[in-house]
Amino acid sequence: MSFKLEILWTDALIYLLLVVVALLVRHVRRHEHLMAPWRKVARSASGMAAATVLAFFVVIGLADSVHYRPAVEVRDGKTIYAVEVLSVFDKLTTKLRTQKAKTYSAPLATHRYAKETIELPDGLQVRDYPRLTYGGAHLADPATEWGPDIARRCLYGIAGGALIWLVVATLLCVVLARWDPADTGRMWRALRRGETEIPWRAILLTLAVVLAVGGPLVALAANYHVFGTDKVGQDVFYQALKSVRTGLVIGTLTTLVMLPFALALGVMAGYFKGWVDDVIQYLYTTLSSIPGVLLIAAAVLMMQVWIETHPELFDTVLARADLRLLFLCVILGITSWTGLARLLRGEALKLREMEYIQAAHAFAVPHFRILTRHILPNVMHIVLIAIVMDFSGLVLAEAVLSYVGVGVDPSTISFGTMINSARLEMAREPIVWWSLTAAFTFMLLLVLSANLFADAVRDAFDPRIRVGRSFRLAAQKA
Amino acid sequence: MIAYITRRLLYAIPILVGVNVLTFALFFVVNSPDDMARVHLGVKRVTPEAIQKWKEERGYDKPLLYNGAAAGGGRFIDTIFYEKSVRLFAFDFGRSDQGRDIGYDISTRMWPSLAIAVPVFLMGLAAYLTFALLMAFFRATYVDFWGVVACVAMMSISGLFYIIGGQYLVGKLLSIVPISGYDGGADAFRFLALPVIIGVVSGIGANTRWYRTIFLEEINKDYVRTARAKGLSEPRVLFRHVLQNAMIPILTGVVAVIPLLFMGSLIAESFFGIPGLGSYTIDAINSQDFAVVRAMVFLGSVLYIIGLICTDISYTLVDPRVRFE
Repeated sequence: MSFKLEILWTDALIYLLLVVVALLVRHVRRHEHLMAPWRKVARSASGMAAATVLAFFVVIGLADSVHYRPAVEVRDGKTIYAVEVLSVFDKLTTKLRTQKAKTYSAPLATHRYAKETIELPDGLQVRDYPRLTYGGAHLADPATEWGPDIARRCLYGIAGGALIWLVVATLLCVVLARWDPADTGRMWRALRRGETEIPWRAILLTLAVVLAVGGPLVALAANYHVFGTDKVGQDVFYQALKSVRTGLVIGTLTTLVMLPFALALGVMAGYFKGWVDDVIQYLYTTLSSIPGVLLIAAAVLMMQVWIETHPELFDTVLARADLRLLFLCVILGITSWTGLARLLRGEALKLREMEYIQAAHAFAVPHFRILTRHILPNVMHIVLIAIVMDFSGLVLAEAVLSYVGVGVDPSTISFGTMINSARLEMAREPIVWWSLTAAFTFMLLLVLSANLFADAVRDAFDPRIRVGRSFRLAAQKA
Repeated sequence: MIAYITRRLLYAIPILVGVNVLTFALFFVVNSPDDMARVHLGVKRVTPEAIQKWKEERGYDKPLLYNGAAAGGGRFIDTIFYEKSVRLFAFDFGRSDQGRDIGYDISTRMWPSLAIAVPVFLMGLAAYLTFALLMAFFRATYVDFWGVVACVAMMSISGLFYIIGGQYLVGKLLSIVPISGYDGGADAFRFLALPVIIGVVSGIGANTRWYRTIFLEEINKDYVRTARAKGLSEPRVLFRHVLQNAMIPILTGVVAVIPLLFMGSLIAESFFGIPGLGSYTIDAINSQDFAVVRAMVFLGSVLYIIGLICTDISYTLVDPRVRFE
């Protein structure tokens, strides 16, 4: 089947981010003094366990960031492509995406959540819970078969997960034994006792937990709605997985967008002092004096007006939603660069008095070169800590902003839109709890692992630095 | 001291001018008033007459910066910039796009906001400081370790979860207090209990951890060793010496927040149906009432700047090393 690649704005920026990260990794690997703190991160058990979970999220997010439009038909030698833009992740989860129920259904249910009038084959009408079109449709008699079927699938899932885990663990053992002059058996014992330098045991344990939970989920998802369905019958599990990309995009692209400004302005203010410092300080004091949420709200409102009055610029719904997501990242970036800039200014103020900078002055090194070669590398640890610390705050902020009505486009699946559309259902009887639970659980997993990883990074790079969350919604929220 | 405060106040003026120009640019230059009118009246099927009428009713039909048609000072006064932005400096907020007096709305809605924000602030501060001190007291033990773990877990939970979960548990399952609503007088307590508790609980994670780092930093200083060396008990060291000195960094964070308490909290107020400034803002955002959002942006930054000034003054009051200069 032919298809046409469709690169959305956020996709492009994500690829850019990947390239930047790859270049940085190459650079860091070549310099031992840059590697040292990363080795320390790699030695932290909680940090590496968190990184393992994050890796799963990143894989989902990346698979969801390669978009294409499948070909519908070929007419007169010209291929016509579908209007709908799909991602590789959508393709992998076609079943989840397309097998929709009509409306609400509970997790793993075979019947709908509310009673409805059903017409029997003999013309009689009864009020009962109708069967779902896809959820558990393979069961002839759900009343007796449902329990054993679920149990069997769970077992299959766990068995599959265990198999994958064993393969990974064995491979790891063999590879490690190669590097280290040890035989595989001794390596295995060292792994089991947690005596390796990098906490492989913690990583493998995390992997085991993820696989033990993920295996059954995947096995069940083929024939059931694992987390139920929402109001329009869409699978909640699919929504939760799709939300991961939105969360990752907001958490990372915001930083990518604001970083050049924060770096350039913060370092310049501290290095040049004088009127440059005054202007830049004035700029960020003004920006930060507007309460974050209000500035975001004002900017997003204006953006909405702009998008509504310029509909001709977007050819697909997704392109429009995507641009709005990018705008949101930019706006969040504008409101959150001030904290980092302030920190960088302080550090640059300290650095400019150092002997090696004075030596550079004595050798008549131009300012630009001093900034890029001598100051910038020495503030990078602050930048890195700020990036990882901000990530979780931004993911949480997205949910709050979507609730306020200034978040992502309503057609974008995100934790915020999931919570927002599900919260009113708490008043129903019996209560529709699965959408909220799924959204909060996935969000907690993502944010918690991000927080743990961020702590490991901070401890390794500079345990004393007091980087506050430069994006403080907490004060607004409480 | 008075000279110092005056200088700080004067320094605030250019910042407020900056905020004002920024909001003006955001609200009137990025999109023309015509665009706003179109969004309000529905993008399609809107006549130029309807747009003109909408603009006239709200005073958006004037030129942006310079009115060539008017005479004398009117050239600058009879403009959108003067009417909508400059007058904010006199706290003349004008009318909302729905036609209500914003200044009056703010003055009445301020009190419910304060009724929830002040107890959350005070009780929260007491609770977070207590937990943080406890963890500092038991530092490097299992109490401390699991305390930090609990903090990280709690700060990873979305604030929305605390509210929704709390409403469900306390309001619906246990039916102790009403789920939402507000009433003046003594009855207010019933409605405020839940939002206040949730407000305090949702801040435990981040704040306790934050204060703990401050305490731990202080505990490793020389004067603490001196205090121990002269035989003071650990609680006395903590409460008498560490707490007092740690108050300096804590104060900076705390004083800056106090003026912002007036603004209330967006999320909690709208979830609990409390008619404060937070829910006022949310309603304005949802109904795209630009005038109200503009007024709240200005008010918010005024309060923030007051907070900054108070912080600096409080610094000089508690820390004798800081001088007015």
